[in-house]
Amino acid sequence: MVELTAKTPCDGLLPLSIGEAQLTEVAAGVLTSLTPLGDAAALGAALEKAHGLGWPAPLRARGKEGARCIWFGRDTALLMGPAPDPALGRHAAVVDQSDAWAVVQLKGPGAVAVLARLVPVDLRDGTFKRGHTSRTQLYHMSASITKTGADSFMILVFRSMAATLVHDMKTAMEAVAARG
Amino acid sequence: MRIDCPLCGSRDMREFYYQGAAVALARPAPDAGEAAWDDYVHLRDNPAGQTRELWHHEAGCSAWLVVTRDTVSHEISKVALAADVKEAGA
Amino acid sequence: MRIAGKGLIDRARPVTFRFDGRSYDGFEGDTVASALLANDQKLMGRSFKYHRPRGVLTAGSEEPNALITVGRGAQADPNLRATVQEIYDGLEVRSQNAWPSLDFDVMAVNDLAAPFLGAGFYYKTFMWPAKFWEAVYEPIIRRAAGLGALSGKHDPDRYERAYAFCDLLVIGAGPTGLMAALTAARAGADVILADEDARMGGRLNAETGVIGDQPGHAWAMGIVAELSAMPNVRLMTRTTVTGAYDGGMYGALERVNHHAARREGVPLETFWRIHARRSILAAGALERPVAFQNNDRPGVMTAGAVRAYLNRWGVSPGKHVTVFGNNDDAHRTARDLAAAGVHVAALIDSRADVLVEGAEFPFYTGAQVCNAAGRKELEAITIRTASGEQAIQTDCLAMSGGWNPTVHLTCHMNGRPRWDAAIQAFVPVPDAVPGMIAAGACNGVFSTHACLKAGVDAAGEALSALGKKAGSVDVPRAEDGAYAMEPLWAVAGKGRAWLDFQNDVSVKDVKQAAVENFRSVEHMKRYTTQGMATDQGKNSNVAALAVLADATGRGIPETGTTTFRPPYVPVAIAAMGAGAQGKGFAPQRFTTSHRASVAMGAPMIEAGLWYRPSYFPKAGETNWRQSCDREVGYVRKAVGVCDVSTLGKIDIQGPDAAKLLDFVYTNMFSTLPVGRVRYGLMLREDGHVMDDGTTARLGETHYVMTTTTAAAGQVMRHLDFVSQCLHPEWQVAFTSVTEQWAQFAVAGPKSRELLNGLLGAEIDGESWPFMACGPVEVSGVQGRLFRISFSGEHAYEVAVPARFGASLFDLLVKRAEALGGGAYGMEALNVLRIEKGFITHSEIHGRTTAFDIGMGRMVSAKKDCIGKTMAARPGLVEEAREQLVGLKPVGAVRQISAGAHLFDAGAEAVRENDQGYVTSVGFSPDLGHMVGLGFVRRGMAREGEVIRMVDHLRGLEADVEICHPVFLDREGERVRG
Repeated sequence: MVELTAKTPCDGLLPLSIGEAQLTEVAAGVLTSLTPLGDAAALGAALEKAHGLGWPAPLRARGKEGARCIWFGRDTALLMGPAPDPALGRHAAVVDQSDAWAVVQLKGPGAVAVLARLVPVDLRDGTFKRGHTSRTQLYHMSASITKTGADSFMILVFRSMAATLVHDMKTAMEAVAARG
Repeated sequence: MRIDCPLCGSRDMREFYYQGAAVALARPAPDAGEAAWDDYVHLRDNPAGQTRELWHHEAGCSAWLVVTRDTVSHEISKVALAADVKEAGA
Repeated sequence: MRIAGKGLIDRARPVTFRFDGRSYDGFEGDTVASALLANDQKLMGRSFKYHRPRGVLTAGSEEPNALITVGRGAQADPNLRATVQEIYDGLEVRSQNAWPSLDFDVMAVNDLAAPFLGAGFYYKTFMWPAKFWEAVYEPIIRRAAGLGALSGKHDPDRYERAYAFCDLLVIGAGPTGLMAALTAARAGADVILADEDARMGGRLNAETGVIGDQPGHAWAMGIVAELSAMPNVRLMTRTTVTGAYDGGMYGALERVNHHAARREGVPLETFWRIHARRSILAAGALERPVAFQNNDRPGVMTAGAVRAYLNRWGVSPGKHVTVFGNNDDAHRTARDLAAAGVHVAALIDSRADVLVEGAEFPFYTGAQVCNAAGRKELEAITIRTASGEQAIQTDCLAMSGGWNPTVHLTCHMNGRPRWDAAIQAFVPVPDAVPGMIAAGACNGVFSTHACLKAGVDAAGEALSALGKKAGSVDVPRAEDGAYAMEPLWAVAGKGRAWLDFQNDVSVKDVKQAAVENFRSVEHMKRYTTQGMATDQGKNSNVAALAVLADATGRGIPETGTTTFRPPYVPVAIAAMGAGAQGKGFAPQRFTTSHRASVAMGAPMIEAGLWYRPSYFPKAGETNWRQSCDREVGYVRKAVGVCDVSTLGKIDIQGPDAAKLLDFVYTNMFSTLPVGRVRYGLMLREDGHVMDDGTTARLGETHYVMTTTTAAAGQVMRHLDFVSQCLHPEWQVAFTSVTEQWAQFAVAGPKSRELLNGLLGAEIDGESWPFMACGPVEVSGVQGRLFRISFSGEHAYEVAVPARFGASLFDLLVKRAEALGGGAYGMEALNVLRIEKGFITHSEIHGRTTAFDIGMGRMVSAKKDCIGKTMAARPGLVEEAREQLVGLKPVGAVRQISAGAHLFDAGAEAVRENDQGYVTSVGFSPDLGHMVGLGFVRRGMAREGEVIRMVDHLRGLEADVEICHPVFLDREGERVRG
């Protein structure tokens, strides 16, 4: 039996370091889309029990590196890291998305300034804090953006758009770096 | 222009897809008759003033919204989740 | 000439630049205008229409005359203002609209023909014959008139766009804006302070007044220093707020690098979209000229501009300066000049009862300037007093007709300013832009002290709206004089007195418009082009209105004003559309097989945002048809592999999943057994076809829907609409899984043989009949297998998680090649489906119904579905509609072309005789001729009829026979084989 080999979405494109900002691909583990079917509270309880993560409020992400549960839109959350407990399937549509998203991290003191070139939402330190998340656009692409640290963001776009993501981020990173 | 999405907060209009009048929520029964279907699919008011519209937060949370907007001032006075409006029977 | 000891320029840093090929010296802090004036170069441009010599009129972004082109070749930037452009070493500036040179311009002959070129000249002259307009008149007029020219080359400069957010946006950093920003920032608000100048301070940099105990400009620097140290303040210099929009959005143009040589990576301009919860407009005021004969001679400028050149740049624009005004403010110019040792030849005040105390220069009251002499440079003026006319030798006239508050942004959302008789100017009405407070000079408040206080007050109001408390801020001492003026718009007299310098509109033109009954201000504007130049009439609109009011016997408020629209200053399209060129135009979506396809030499074609291989050329093939025929042969005779991952895939789960599918598809999905796939047709509510595709039932409450590549987004939105807006009570969840799975068609008689080498468990006809689906193990990876076909052959689609896509594609192609097949691209895929009469969006293009495509019976009678009621309308089911048919060439011409129209044999090929059109064509290697699909009136009943195909665009005509849309294996034996 021939073994198939795996490639990450940003294979050959990252990492990238320009000025004070670094863009790296994140090995996020298993990504699972969860949409409650029926009792949302029961799903929250099952999540808590199996993964120690409650159902996230809108615009919020729970957990930390290795195990997160990120609000992902209306009635949707993205479980990131652990394989989903089978019990979740009793309360939710559980859909594997591990290969659907390019996951990158933008880090550095200029990260907010870089994203201000691309993202139409307010990501300033005072308003978008660690654990905050947003579904929005990154230039022309649908994206999920989560603040994961003092100067770091986790960004998800469709896997097929990884090259455009890197192109757009690189352009913005260069402009911010050149201004000094 | 900005729309205050009940889930995402104030967002630039570029994140939204515009559908048209919120009339689309009230789908007639299959046997409602020609006039009712013509109204539903084709006939729209064109008010100078308040209008209820459907917008889809396509590049955000994917919620359909009922937006109450003044076509003269562009002021948006109310934004609600379409599912809530529909379930409340409006 | 430069005045020793004056100005805020850095005399320790000399700068050399070039203007029209000549080298000039200046200092850091100079603009092109101030440096040229320092070098006694007064002629800076030629006017738009008459090519009259022009000098600088103002010292700001409102400048109408001194327009310049900066740079060369593709990097040339036309129509920049010399009053804004800062100088730097190596800067290269050219004047515009003059040929062969600024000094000798042949088109100045227009000026002599002026009696014939007045208002409405073009409308009256170039009316006939009509066809001459585009061919003759317009090119001539465009060459003769106009401003700077574009290079015609691709702009290599980098532009940028960006977003910013704040509690309070303060527009303008003069005394009002600085105090407003300071008050708000000290109270903890997030403040953006934007000013179009490189140096904040506004008029304080141009005046000699004192604030507290320091010069105004020094006080401003102190405030700026305090603000720049605060983390909640963002100072944006060289940034013009260009527009106010709904919901607290503002557009702003930052000139990031116009003031320095190009720096690698640094954008030339950034267009900001700023969201501010509140804003304070502190845009100041613009001085207006007075219209009199030849008031456009180089050397005639506004009085405030002369003060600015003197106090800020240490330049006197003349050696013998005269000052002419209708207000006290103009007197400052005379006083400042005299104090600096410049000879003031005269101060002329149009008011009779005015005192000029302790003047060291001649002054005339109740007097007017009625003419100016000197062509390329002012030499003398004529003044008219009670005792008659007299000439005064002068090389610079500083004039002031009063000040206009800069109300422009308050008009951007349809606000109409109000006429204030006390200052003879328009002032903003409150709340003209929701959330914006106009304060200071732009609100008609002119003393420095009143402006400082207005800034504090406006900030207090904004803070309270933001729910913040203003601390106490002391308003420093400053000049608090009254603004005394009497209206003076145009001095009576012969000859041309200019209003709009940029569009060459004179008092006479406006009066002529009134005579010809263009009495509405909007009509006058269009008839004369008053205010339609790039300065939007900033210097001239109010005076022109006053002249029109006078000519029509109305007051100014009754005459009204035209609307100011964004942008406040010209904005390059490159800035607004920054980033959208080349790869930034739209995202590129690449499949997991993209790199392999490119490596195989496949030309990639765009399908929506996706890139798909057109065909895979082999050595020895000289055109795409050879490759396409070969690839079609793979599928018909052996096995072909094609990446179909771009099709939309939507995971649908929940107890009501079946109910939802029955509602969105015309046919039934609740009856579909688990482990089976069914083709579905989706309508819009108006009864036309929206999309089609297959849906697989993976479990009792679990389906996977396939959409076409093009309609994936639309279908997802539609499903959201149905579940949120029509049936929120249904429990069903949608998740796009398009990107999760890499999916490949494996098609052809040897497809099963190929797959059986890879799958964990072998399949056969019994375990995997046509339209079966289910989970499989593919080379050790969990995947999915669907026995579906878009080619009519025995075929499968195999899906694996996308990370394995590249690897699986390589493997499938290698195995297909070993079986006498290989990869196939879009061209072959298209031929294969046309041969089978399968539709794509070429056929379901938005105007076709289920009936038209021969699928009327797929609309289930047993249930309601989206579009069913409207699809039953008589007009959508009548026999005379155009119906899907097959087409094949039968005459001498063996071609069919997509987009061609069809006519009855012998009928003339005109619209009235139209019988239908061709939607898809391809060459069938099996049949040895072209095959096509199209729509023909009553087409299904006309099989066998030969009709006329005419492609007007390609000049092609052929006889084609109407045939059944399925060309091959009509019984479908192969697909079940």
